Amino acid sequence: MQPADYTKQAPNVVVWALLLTMPFWLSHVGGYTELGSQVVVLGLAALGLNFLLGYTGVLSFGHAAYFGLGAYGAGMTIRYLLPSTGMGIVIGTLIGTIAGAIIGPLIIRLRGVYFAMVTIAFGQVFYFIAFRWSSVTGGDDGLTGWTRQPLHLGFTTIGIENNPVAFYYVVLVMFAIATGFMAWLLRSPFGRTLIAIRENERRARFLGIPVDQHIWISWVISCAVVSLAGALFALLNNFVDPRALYWTQSGDFVIMAVLGGMRSFWGPLIGAAIYVVLRDYLSSMTENWESFIGLFFVLVVLFFPRGVLGIVTRKVMS
Amino acid sequence: MSLLKIEHLSKHFGSLVAVNDVSMTVEPGELRAVIGPNGAGKTTFFNMISGFLTQTSGRIVFDGEDISDLLPARRVWRGISRTFQITEVFPELSVGENLRVPVEVATGHRLSPWLSRAGEVEVRGRVAELLEMGGLADKADRLVGELSHGDQRATEIMMALALKPRLLLLDEPTAGMGDQETYDITKLISRLHKDHSLTIVLIEHDMRVVFHLADRIMVLAEGTMLAEGTPQEIASSDVVQAAYLGKAAA
Repeated sequence: MQPADYTKQAPNVVVWALLLTMPFWLSHVGGYTELGSQVVVLGLAALGLNFLLGYTGVLSFGHAAYFGLGAYGAGMTIRYLLPSTGMGIVIGTLIGTIAGAIIGPLIIRLRGVYFAMVTIAFGQVFYFIAFRWSSVTGGDDGLTGWTRQPLHLGFTTIGIENNPVAFYYVVLVMFAIATGFMAWLLRSPFGRTLIAIRENERRARFLGIPVDQHIWISWVISCAVVSLAGALFALLNNFVDPRALYWTQSGDFVIMAVLGGMRSFWGPLIGAAIYVVLRDYLSSMTENWESFIGLFFVLVVLFFPRGVLGIVTRKVMS
Repeated sequence: MSLLKIEHLSKHFGSLVAVNDVSMTVEPGELRAVIGPNGAGKTTFFNMISGFLTQTSGRIVFDGEDISDLLPARRVWRGISRTFQITEVFPELSVGENLRVPVEVATGHRLSPWLSRAGEVEVRGRVAELLEMGGLADKADRLVGELSHGDQRATEIMMALALKPRLLLLDEPTAGMGDQETYDITKLISRLHKDHSLTIVLIEHDMRVVFHLADRIMVLAEGTMLAEGTPQEIASSDVVQAAYLGKAAA
């Protein structure tokens, strides 16, 4: 490998080293394992959103719809269908992905703020369904009466129901598969067409790239990753409520991506970590924790438009 | 058989008639220049050929097939590629990456989630070839946004060429360039035309470039075709003289 390749690998090595050892050091810095799982799950959602936002240049303000569908899909599978964590993850992810694939063609011709507005509108539809259809979804009180089940893998069974560390590593495996898939795609010819669309849509179109088709594929992949994150989120909390589908949840994902840096692959994960830790810390001190997160966000956007990771990479490069 | 046949093409924007009943036939291997005063409808005419705009009426036939209603990407697949009046590149990507995208489209990899070793070799070879041809080999790793206007133009022309077009549309390739850059780009276009017998249609304001390059010239004024012929015929045409001097054609 060239020396340049080593510098490119450095962020990956650091991120994976931290993620793999998290349960061992998190308690020493005042955290707890569930907090680590939250960072990984919400980070996965933000990374999924960023596949569309940072690498295709399309802003969705409605990804909570697919996050929530994944969450309800997983919860309702275990509650009503069969007590299997694996099936919950698979069905939850599938439901969110299929919904994204169906809604996609209706919105991919729109651009910019029109696209963002329509994604919000579709998101709110699912929110109101979950809110009103109380007999099935539990309505405002959320979907209860179920918990995550031991994970059967054929050769062994992992007891994740009361073991946060074991559950953390199950989440991390899912996270590794999804992020590995996205990173692999971004380095492929297809990934380069997405970056081309982000850079200059008109040029991409006149280089023979059917832009709408490529944006649709990127959208579906993004929805799939966010649905997976949603399914894991439900399992993490043993609970789902309509707030997982609400438009402010979509906004939180955008905030995480922008906060961390949407032009760097790991940026949204850093953003999610900052968001989760800040929320955990501030909400124990004040009811108005959201104002402080908002203020922090505004400061980052004003002074570091490339996000927190943007500052770090610039320091390393110069 | 002619490569490009345009029949009675018109474009109306509301009550404004931008292009009015223009017909044109381009033979394979020909270099055709489209000239005319500002606002003559040259770029609108180009935009209809490439599919950027839809015609109000008329037909565009490419290689014997009616392409009037095809989306831009499909016209590219048939072999029509273009550059823009204001250079359209990927400014935050390197020259090599800018060329790689159209090369991968042209080699059928646009949806591929991976590239085989052989595919990678083919793509890299083709990119190197294009860098060489465009005189950009020493700038392969530079970001296009950092390059001079002339080099950005050369990159854009090479991107269009990466698609292995059968018809290349160049919208004012020397716009905003100094003498040296104009000379370099003219030489590049001339080489593509002569050595690779590529069919080219270009819009150009610089008459030195037009008369140096063109096999035939079409003159547009106020959306209508004024004259069409060899450079000698156009140079001696009273109608064209009148249009450029701003007098009534009569």
